[in-house]
Amino acid sequence: MTKITYSQAINKALTEEMSRNKKLVCFGLGVNDSLNFFGTTKGLVKKFGSERVFETPTSENAMTGIGVGMSLNNNPCVMMHQRLDFFLLAMDQLVNSAAKWHYMFGGKNSVPITIRLVVGKGWGQGPTHSQSLQSWFAHIPGLKVVMPSFPSDAYNLLKKSIRDPNPVIFIEHRWLHNIEQETKKIKYKNKQNLTELISKGKDFTAVSYSLSTIEMLSIKNVLKINKISFDLIDLKSIKPLDISVIKNSLKRTKRLLVLDSISHPFCSIGSEILSQLYREKNIKLIKPPLLKTLPDIPTPTSTFYTRDFYIKKNDILNDISKLVGKKIKLKNSDTILHDVPDSNFKGPF
Amino acid sequence: MIKKNFFKKIYEIQKKIRVVEEKIASQYSKNKMRCPTHLSIGQEAVAASSGLALQKNDISISYHRSHAHFLAKGGSSKKLFAELHGFEEGCSKGIGGSMHLVDLKNNFYGSTAIVSNSIPIGVGLAYSLKLAKKKNLVCIYIGDAAVEEGVFFESINFSILKKLPVIFICENNFYSVYTHIKDRQPEKRKIYKLASAMGATSHLFTQDNPFKLFKKFDELFKKIRKNPKTHFVEVETYRYLEHCGPNDDTLLGYRKLQDVKKWKKKDPIDFSKKYLIKNKIFKISQINNLDKKITNFVDKDFNYLNKLKKPQFKNISKLVYKR
Repeated sequence: MTKITYSQAINKALTEEMSRNKKLVCFGLGVNDSLNFFGTTKGLVKKFGSERVFETPTSENAMTGIGVGMSLNNNPCVMMHQRLDFFLLAMDQLVNSAAKWHYMFGGKNSVPITIRLVVGKGWGQGPTHSQSLQSWFAHIPGLKVVMPSFPSDAYNLLKKSIRDPNPVIFIEHRWLHNIEQETKKIKYKNKQNLTELISKGKDFTAVSYSLSTIEMLSIKNVLKINKISFDLIDLKSIKPLDISVIKNSLKRTKRLLVLDSISHPFCSIGSEILSQLYREKNIKLIKPPLLKTLPDIPTPTSTFYTRDFYIKKNDILNDISKLVGKKIKLKNSDTILHDVPDSNFKGPF
Repeated sequence: MIKKNFFKKIYEIQKKIRVVEEKIASQYSKNKMRCPTHLSIGQEAVAASSGLALQKNDISISYHRSHAHFLAKGGSSKKLFAELHGFEEGCSKGIGGSMHLVDLKNNFYGSTAIVSNSIPIGVGLAYSLKLAKKKNLVCIYIGDAAVEEGVFFESINFSILKKLPVIFICENNFYSVYTHIKDRQPEKRKIYKLASAMGATSHLFTQDNPFKLFKKFDELFKKIRKNPKTHFVEVETYRYLEHCGPNDDTLLGYRKLQDVKKWKKKDPIDFSKKYLIKNKIFKISQINNLDKKITNFVDKDFNYLNKLKKPQFKNISKLVYKR
């Protein structure tokens, strides 16, 4: 059984799309360095040449605008940043140009640009290398935001994003890059519903995306031993947000946990979901919904602080125990490594 | 020597821009054009002579004071008026207003409102021309304040690095809103020299003789199409009316009346008219007829607005995303 990692799946999607559309252009700092953007751009320059795949000056705002210009002139673009935080220098071009162009010129032309942003966690990423700002981007009409959790979704959604005539923000959590899946699951499905019920249960509904979906799956077994099962809904697309899958699940389970573990609480995707559900007529919950996020504090660097900053497995289990009214036997070994994705990981990047 | 027809065109387009802008100024107080409007009166020569030197397949992109650039690239005054009045028949369906004009048919890719915002977009358009191996250029109109933004340096750096066919045209009218350039940039540092220090081939042109200005642009553009490189042109110019809106603003006191007078005295349109007569290219009567024709044309385009129906709000949500 062959397996493929999340970053290999991205590489595969990029390679295939570059072959499929000879006009597609790919750029960013690190696309052609020795590490190939976490392995995701391996072989691209060799295969497609340095005019279509290129390193850029450290000029985030201009390069975003240049991408908008190219995509207006028949060259769809994939632009990438190894940390989302650097992309904040490009907000004028993202918000005032990319997101608005189709609308403000009366639909005359559109901006098919995909912006890949990587979010860091742990190993002292600290206040300015760990921000996951999907709720900022989702706030802007004209942008789409996707956050795949698995290699197959990364592959599928990156292809969909590239073929989308609108700007799409594609957010990858750094801790997902080494996650593996069977190669045969990597297929392009154009019609696939974005938000999906990926695992069925009865005691409560869990809503998550990106790394938080992997975190939910990592406690599935402990819950099973404690005779608790749950519906797991993986959002995949943050905007547009499809609330219907969540609604259908809640009609059965009547209990909700939103694990928004890579976001601050204020105006988060989790609070948006709760707000939308609150306005629904037919949703009757037995217990108030649970929303788990990071605290309303910027990420600290010291490992002594991050231990308590990030959400631990046992915190989630304790909350679930209260939500479903059942005791859960906790083992110390259930505590996840809080500042590295796996025991093989050696920092810093 | 430029052919007679070109003399006519250079005069005609300048005059048309002025008549359109004066029409807007005279009608603005009726409160039907409810958008921030930056008029180009006094600055027409740069737009007219560069616009005429551009080929249809050359691209141009501009900033908030862009009516002149839009018209000089072939944009329709009818669609401009409709846009300013918020009608669906406007060039941007009434969504953009005065600061967001577009005319893709003539490769005017758009004007935008945030200072320097359209610069990198122009550079990106030029990268696409390079990829497609097209022998055209991108003209990026900017004002004097644009070079105070970081994105200008980021963009021109990339443009020079990649040898892109880009012409920056900097219309230095000395003011960013009401703040003089001497309060914003070191007094002895010239903008075109800044661009030259970055590595662009840089030029300082004057607008006094629009026919000569056309010739200079024409030669330069031909050169860029043949040998793609990044060039920069600075032209000193002057707006006669307020920064934003239809009024004379000399009473505000931020600029001297004698400065305004000095610039009006060497008005490029007056100069053009006298030049054509003095050099016996046209008779006074011919020019007067041409003026009348332009005024009638512009009036007709303006009156066309009376036929337009109110646009429907329900239609605009469809414009947020391309489907």
